[in-house]
Amino acid sequence: MSLEAKELGFGYRRKPVLEGINLTVRAGERVGLAAPSGRGKTTLCKLLAGYMRPNCGSVLLDGKPLPQKGYCPVQMIWQHPELALDPRMRLGDALAEAGADGDGRLLDALQIQPAWLSRFPRELSGGELQRFCIARALCKPVRFVLCDEISAMLDLVTQAQLWDFLLREAAQRQLGLLIVSHDAALLKRLCTRIEHI
Amino acid sequence: MKKYINNRQATCALLALSALLLLAVLVAGLLLNERAMATDFSRRDLAPCAAFPFGTDWMGRDMLARTLAGLSLSIRIGLLTAAVSAVLALLLGAAAGGFGRKADAAVSWLTDLLLGIPHILLVLLISLACGRGLWGVVAGVSLSHWPSLARVIRGEIIQLRQAPYVLTATKLGVSRLQVARRHMLPHVLPQFVTGLVLQFPHAILHEASITFLGFGLSAEQPAIGVILSESMRYLTTGRWWLALFPGLALIGVVLLFAGIGDRLGRLLDPAGIHA
Amino acid sequence: MVPVLQVEDLSISFTQYTSGLRRRTISAVRGLNLAVEAGQVVAVVGASGSGKSLLAHSILGLLPYNSRMEGRIVYQGAPLTIDRLKQLRGREIVLAPQGVSYLDPLMQVDKQLRRGRRDAQARADSRAALARYGLGPDTGRKYPFELSGGMARRVIMAAAAMEQPRLLIADEPTPGMDAPAARRLLGHFRALAAEQTAVLFITHALDLAIEVADRVVVLYAGQTIEEAAAEDFQSVHRLRHPYTRALWRAMPQHDFAPLPGAQPGPGQAESGCPFAPRCPKARAACGQTVPYRPFGGGWVRCLYAEEGDA
Repeated sequence: MSLEAKELGFGYRRKPVLEGINLTVRAGERVGLAAPSGRGKTTLCKLLAGYMRPNCGSVLLDGKPLPQKGYCPVQMIWQHPELALDPRMRLGDALAEAGADGDGRLLDALQIQPAWLSRFPRELSGGELQRFCIARALCKPVRFVLCDEISAMLDLVTQAQLWDFLLREAAQRQLGLLIVSHDAALLKRLCTRIEHI
Repeated sequence: MKKYINNRQATCALLALSALLLLAVLVAGLLLNERAMATDFSRRDLAPCAAFPFGTDWMGRDMLARTLAGLSLSIRIGLLTAAVSAVLALLLGAAAGGFGRKADAAVSWLTDLLLGIPHILLVLLISLACGRGLWGVVAGVSLSHWPSLARVIRGEIIQLRQAPYVLTATKLGVSRLQVARRHMLPHVLPQFVTGLVLQFPHAILHEASITFLGFGLSAEQPAIGVILSESMRYLTTGRWWLALFPGLALIGVVLLFAGIGDRLGRLLDPAGIHA
Repeated sequence: MVPVLQVEDLSISFTQYTSGLRRRTISAVRGLNLAVEAGQVVAVVGASGSGKSLLAHSILGLLPYNSRMEGRIVYQGAPLTIDRLKQLRGREIVLAPQGVSYLDPLMQVDKQLRRGRRDAQARADSRAALARYGLGPDTGRKYPFELSGGMARRVIMAAAAMEQPRLLIADEPTPGMDAPAARRLLGHFRALAAEQTAVLFITHALDLAIEVADRVVVLYAGQTIEEAAAEDFQSVHRLRHPYTRALWRAMPQHDFAPLPGAQPGPGQAESGCPFAPRCPKARAACGQTVPYRPFGGGWVRCLYAEEGDA
């Protein structure tokens, strides 16, 4: 059970963003990714999640290419939750679209209040919205979660809450996490292994 | 100080009022069609008075009835052409935004071409090519007014396709059709409705102007453009009312439509929670 | 010494449409106090929704039209009126913006720095401002699209420093920067403070605030709940308010401890202490209005600060 990037390369026109990236995340692992800004960490996440296709190299899930259609067991959580949620869709519908189960276990664990489900994204704060994005990524049988600076815009208490939940969930479900952050102290706290690109 | 109605209620009330006024003009014009055509040489060239508030013309026709009939015709043509061009814009914009590079290149080429030709010239050419008259005008105006809205819709769709929430929905296994229905339509629809309503004033003015220039509706029809161009001949003889009231009424209708479009746009904008 | 900037009992409310045609008034900031002296860096720290951006906007006169402001903003000992603000904004009072999109994409860098002046003095000033941030005269002839992200940020700093401002307001300038870039920017703030500029640094990153600031002001649900010296954050026991201590404990460097619950959003806070529902020490008295009072060399808005962290 692994998510693997092999000699991954990506660029726009003649400007390379990523070149020769090799990276493996196994189930149950929490891999930190540290790099100065502008090195294409978000691009790498998008490639690994299948949002974009690499110019060269490949992304393999258990040795096979990512599924092109239907549900993808590699999910990405974005830095800016307010951009990752449809401003015209109620948050409850956004969760239903992701296949939220009725038991509300995720909602409880993420401290999502039932009243928020009928709201639109602009009515909630960034920290509240990020909880929905995390719940959305974890609804279906996800295997790998890519966290792109998911707490960089949040205050410390909210950051600690979200990671506390994610770490417990990942341990319980044997998820592989790729954690991108600028914050060295945070990576040290969270990760089983830190890679530099 | 207590405010009895807030901005949004006022906006809705104004919107309803404008729509009602336009509907009244539309219906009144239809009912007055007979009267607008009736000639009576015993009451030629009357200046505005109590019986004929807009005066009468050289054939003794009631100018108020003619103006209303003309506006009514303009509104009907405006509705038809605006609807046709907005639907064209939606189809072409969606094709450009959603069906790959080749469709985009083709539609964009056509859009640029049409936007590059002076508008009035384009309407004239198409109208002439389609044999003038009512259908010439309708074709001319509706085939020339879609490019700017199509461009807006194309841009919106291209932006939406790259939006993180659309990407995420796709990877959560939501089908393309569902993504379009749930995440794209609700964004494009308000643009479309606003664009549609904002097409009216353009359509009406262009219809009137090419009719005025003699390339549009035929002289028997009580169109505003016909009224204005005929009145030009009598303006120098001091019959100012022949041009003034129909002209003002046309401007009034155009402003009403523009106002409706503007307010709708503000009401439908999710960011406009303060408007 | 008269502080350069004083904010006294600032409160801000908004009128908003909820669903359809109903309108309501939402109180977003209620009871915000702080002062910045010349040569001082004061950091304002809070979660999103705590009102810290509104603070910057109200000082700079950028609040939206549907807002209502009460309280006093005093600059150099006199109230900061709109007319006075128009005179001072961009000269004595300068904003260090969040994004690099503030640069005019169609204008060369040195022209933007000179703001239309063409005399030799202005040219010399702009060269000096660029040189100060390690940028050569060739940078001045470039257009913004030719600059890298880091260079664009230095150009923005040069533009801010060029006016030799009395007050610099930096609203969340660091997100998206890696640690070395953020440190460099903070170094620029300190250098300006050394020249007697008062710096107001608004951020959600407590670690950066502690590093650069002299004083740290903590916001919660639109109120200032504590003002502390930066050194006070060396030990959790020197902090005055339970929320500040929760922030300290939530740092990845410390316990990474998640305090349950959430900050009440704008308009949700009841009267009394907004932190009471999450506070281990809360009692009945916390339901009343809690005064902001000096305590232990700082300020605190808590009735039981004397009890410490026990």
